[in-house]
Amino acid sequence: MPPVLELENARISYFTRAGEMNVVPGVSFRLEQGEALGLVGESGCGKSTVAFAIMNYLSGVGRLTGGRILFEGRDMSRMTEEELRQIRGGRMAMVYQDPMSSLNPVMPVGRQLMEVPLIHQKASEAEARARALQMLGEVNLPDPESVFDRYPHQLSGGQQQRVVIAMALMAEPSLLLMDEPTTGLDVTVEAAVLDLVRRLRQKHNSSIVFISHNLGTVVRICDRIGVMYAGELVEEGPIGEVFRDPRHPYTRGLLNCIPVLGSSKTSAALAPIPGQVPSTLNRPAGCIFASRCTYVEQGRCTTQPIPTVTVPGSDHHRVQCVRFDELPLRQRPAAAVEAAQVKRDKEDVLTVDHLRKFYRQSPGIFAGGASYDVKALNDIDMSAKRGMTLAIVGESGCGKSTFAKVLTGIELATQGKVVLAGSDIGYTSVEKRPDSLKRKLQMVFQNPDSTLNPSHSVGYIVERALRRLKGVGGRQARAEARKLMDTVKLPVDFVARKPRQLSGGQKQRVAIARALAGDPDLVVADEPVSALDVSVQAAIINLLIELQATRDATLIFISHDLSVVRYLADRVAVMYLGKIVEFGEVDDVFLPPYHPYTESLLSAVPIPDPDLKQKRIILEGNLPSVRNIPAGCPFATRCPRKVGEICDTTPPPERRTPTGHRIACHIPLEDLNRVDPVISRAAE
Amino acid sequence: MAAITMGKKQDGFLLRLLKRIALLRESPVGMIGAALVLFWILVAIFAPLLAPYDPNENYMDDYGNWGPSAAFWLGRDNQGRDILSRIIWGSRIVLTVGPIATFCAYVVGCTMGLLAGYYRGWVDVVVSRISDIILSFPVIILYLIIISQFGPSAFNIIVAVTFIASPQVSRIVRSLTLELRERDYVAAAKMRGESAVYIMLVEILPNARGPLIVDACLRMGYTTIAIGVLGFLGLGLPPPDPDWGGMVKDTYTMMSTDPHMSLFPCAAISSLVVGFNLLADGLREISLRD
Repeated sequence: MPPVLELENARISYFTRAGEMNVVPGVSFRLEQGEALGLVGESGCGKSTVAFAIMNYLSGVGRLTGGRILFEGRDMSRMTEEELRQIRGGRMAMVYQDPMSSLNPVMPVGRQLMEVPLIHQKASEAEARARALQMLGEVNLPDPESVFDRYPHQLSGGQQQRVVIAMALMAEPSLLLMDEPTTGLDVTVEAAVLDLVRRLRQKHNSSIVFISHNLGTVVRICDRIGVMYAGELVEEGPIGEVFRDPRHPYTRGLLNCIPVLGSSKTSAALAPIPGQVPSTLNRPAGCIFASRCTYVEQGRCTTQPIPTVTVPGSDHHRVQCVRFDELPLRQRPAAAVEAAQVKRDKEDVLTVDHLRKFYRQSPGIFAGGASYDVKALNDIDMSAKRGMTLAIVGESGCGKSTFAKVLTGIELATQGKVVLAGSDIGYTSVEKRPDSLKRKLQMVFQNPDSTLNPSHSVGYIVERALRRLKGVGGRQARAEARKLMDTVKLPVDFVARKPRQLSGGQKQRVAIARALAGDPDLVVADEPVSALDVSVQAAIINLLIELQATRDATLIFISHDLSVVRYLADRVAVMYLGKIVEFGEVDDVFLPPYHPYTESLLSAVPIPDPDLKQKRIILEGNLPSVRNIPAGCPFATRCPRKVGEICDTTPPPERRTPTGHRIACHIPLEDLNRVDPVISRAAE
Repeated sequence: MAAITMGKKQDGFLLRLLKRIALLRESPVGMIGAALVLFWILVAIFAPLLAPYDPNENYMDDYGNWGPSAAFWLGRDNQGRDILSRIIWGSRIVLTVGPIATFCAYVVGCTMGLLAGYYRGWVDVVVSRISDIILSFPVIILYLIIISQFGPSAFNIIVAVTFIASPQVSRIVRSLTLELRERDYVAAAKMRGESAVYIMLVEILPNARGPLIVDACLRMGYTTIAIGVLGFLGLGLPPPDPDWGGMVKDTYTMMSTDPHMSLFPCAAISSLVVGFNLLADGLREISLRD
C-alpha cells in the first residue's frame, strides 16, 4: 500500500511582478497511514504554502513547478477538477486558523456538517443528520442537538473550531491538514482542542499534517516533526529524537529562543537567532541559513547545495546540514540575570487598592430589561516595587487589558485607588494628566503594525517623544534619539526609515525606544511579544530585561503566555473574570500551593520538551458571560476542584502565606499545598 | 522587500513622490487617464499659443457653412466663433475652477469629518445631521438655488461645489477617522500629551491619504461635470467668455443641422472626466499594491 502522502522534491513558486519567487525549492517527505507530522518554523517559511500545494489549491499566482505530490499514490497535479473536488473534503480535509472564515455565517452549523455526507457519500437526509449529530458529540460539544441548530456566531471560538474539526472528520479523511488550528484560542481551550485532536486521531487512524509556529503544540499531537526554514525542510525526524538531539543549527536556535515553562531569567538565557529570514527572490548557492548560522564555515557551507542526509544510527532522522555531526552538544545558554541582581528591597512604585472598573450597560431600546454593570475589574489589589517586573496573566476577557487602560488613563476607575509614586491617578484621564505624570508612565502596545504611525519616519517618532516627554528640542533631540536607538539596539541610520520598512521586532524596538524617551518610572507593556516570531520574541524579552536592569524602571507585563511570564517576571498576578485569584512572587505562583485556575492554566501550556511531564487538567465549559459573573468564586463554574455549594454562593477568602503569596480559594492552604507540581521532569 | 531597501540611502521627498507616480506606468488604465488629464492641463497652460483665433471674435465669412474646414478645424458656432479656440480657452476655466472648488470642498470636508470622527458624541451628531440634510437635496436643485441666488460667477461656483461636495468628503473622512483613532499610535500620542489638533492633522489625516487622493481625483471629474451642467443651464460664467457647458447651451438647438457645434465641447468635457476617472482607477490600483 502506498503511503498516504508523499512529496518528491516538490518545488513551489509564486509568480509576482518582481519575478518568480521560489518559496519552496524542493521538499520531500512521506506520511504513512495514521502518522502525524508537525511542520514548524517562523512565519514566512512556507509551511502554509506546502499545505495548500498538498491540497492542490495554491492561489492564482502559485504553482507547483517541479517534483511530485502523491496522495495515496496518485499524482494530484494530473487530476481533473472533478476528481480534486471528490478528494478535497472527502479523502483529504483541512482545518484553518480562523474558524469563522471556514464556517458559513448564514447557515446553522448542523446543516453545514450534513453537507459533507450528502455530497461526498450520497447519504440520505436522515443519515446525514444522524452522522452530524454523532460527530458533534465526538468533538465534545455539550448538547449536540442544540448546537446543531445554532449559527456560527452563537458559538465561542473554541466551539467553532470543534465544529470545523467535526466537519473535517465527517468523511473520515485519510489525511487531515491542520494549519495553526489553535493559534487564535485561549490556552485552556487550546489544550482541550489539542486533546480532542489526539483522541480522534487514535480513533479514526487519520494521518495528520499539523502546521504550527508553536513547538509545544506539536509535541502534544505529532510523532514526527519537520522544521522548515525559508521553504526548505532543514530537519525532520521522530519528535523525541529531534528535541533531544537537534542536529540542525536552526532547530537548535528555535529551541534556544523559547522559554520552556519552568525556566526563568535567573536560570537560563534566551538566545535569539540573529538576522531575518532572507528574501526568497535570490537564493544563495549554498545553505540558506548560512547568513544567520553561528556554525557557518565559509566555502563548505556557502558554495554548493546542501544535501539532506540521514543521521547515522537513526532511520528517520534527516537533516540538511553539512556539519550536523561536528556541532558541539546542545547546551542551554547560561542565566541572563544573576539571582542576586534581582532587587527585592526597593520601595513600592505602584499600589493598587480595591480597584473596580464597571461599565454601565443599558439594554437597547428594543431589548428591554434593566441596565446592568459589566464588572471588568472587581476589587483589584496589587503592588509593584521599583525596578521589578509585575506580570498579569489570564485568558482573554479576564480584564488585564482594562487594567492597562485604567493605569494609562484611557479609561477611568469606578472605585478604589491607583497610586503611582504617591499620587492617585485612577480618576485622571490621559488628556488631563500633567506632563510630569505622562513622563512617569508610558506604554508599549501589542500590535507592531499599529504601534507606529506609518506616515512618520522612525527618527520623527522618537524625536517627537523626546520633545514632548523630555522637553528637549532641535539638535539635542536628534542626539538623544540616536542614543535611544542605540539603547534598543537598532542601527542609527534607521531614523530615516518608515515603519513599513521595518520587521515586526524592529517596530517593537522603536516602540520601546519611544516609551523610554522620558525615562519613565513605570512601563506598561500589553502583550508586547505576542505578535512576534519566537526568535524575535527572545530578542525583545532580552532587551526588556536589560533595560530594566540598567534603568531601574518598573515593568507591568501583560501576557497570556505563562512560559514568557515565568521567564521574565518577578511577581505575578493571575486574573480571572476581573478578579485576582492568585498573587505572589513568581517562584511561589508557579509551585504549589496553586489556585485551581493557575493549576489548570499551567497544565494547559504547551511545552516544547517531550521529556517534561505535565499534569493534564482539561477545563470544560466557557468563560461565563460578563453579565452574570457567579456570586461566589468567579471560577466556580469551571473549577475541577470545586468543594461544594459554598463556591457558588460565597466569595472565597484570601489565603496568605508568610511570603506574601495570596490565593483566593475556599480550599484551605494546606490542601492546596498537597498537590504535586504540574510540571516535573520525567524519571531519568 | 525589507531586505532590498536595506542599507540604501533614503530618497528625498520629491524623488519619492515621483517614484510613486512612476508606479502608474504599470497600470495602463491609469496611464491613459494621466495622459488625458495632462493633455488638458498643457492645453490650458499654453492656450494663448495653441488657440488659432480669438475665441470671442465672430468670423462671419462663408456664412452658413459652419462645419469643420481647413481654416476652422472644428468648425464655427452659430455666431461664427472658432470652436477649437473656444474649447482651448474654455479648458482654462474648467481646470482652475474645478481644482480650486475641489480643494475647498476638501478643506471643509476634512475638517468636518475629522471633528466628527475624532470627538464623536454630540459633535458627530451635529456634523453628520448637517451633512445628511445637505445630501438629501437633489444636487441640481441645490446648484440652481445657490447660483440663482448669488448670481453666476467663478467664485459662486466654487462656493456651490464646496457646499455640496464637502458633506460627501466629510463622510469618507469621518469613517476613516473612526477607524484610525483606535490605532495604538494615537493612544501613544495621547500618552505623550499631544493636542487634539496635532493628533487629527499629524497622526490621523496623513494615514487617510490613500483613499482621499483617489476620491479627490474622482471628485475632480464630478466637479467638471457640475461646471458643465451649470454652464448648460446658463448658470456658468457670464458670456462671452468660453465655457464648455455654455457652448453646448448656445448651440444644442442646432443639433440636427450642425451637430459639431455641441458635440465637440461635449467631447472635451467627457474626455476630461474620463481622464480623471481612469486616473483614479489607476491610483487605486497602485495603492492596493503596497
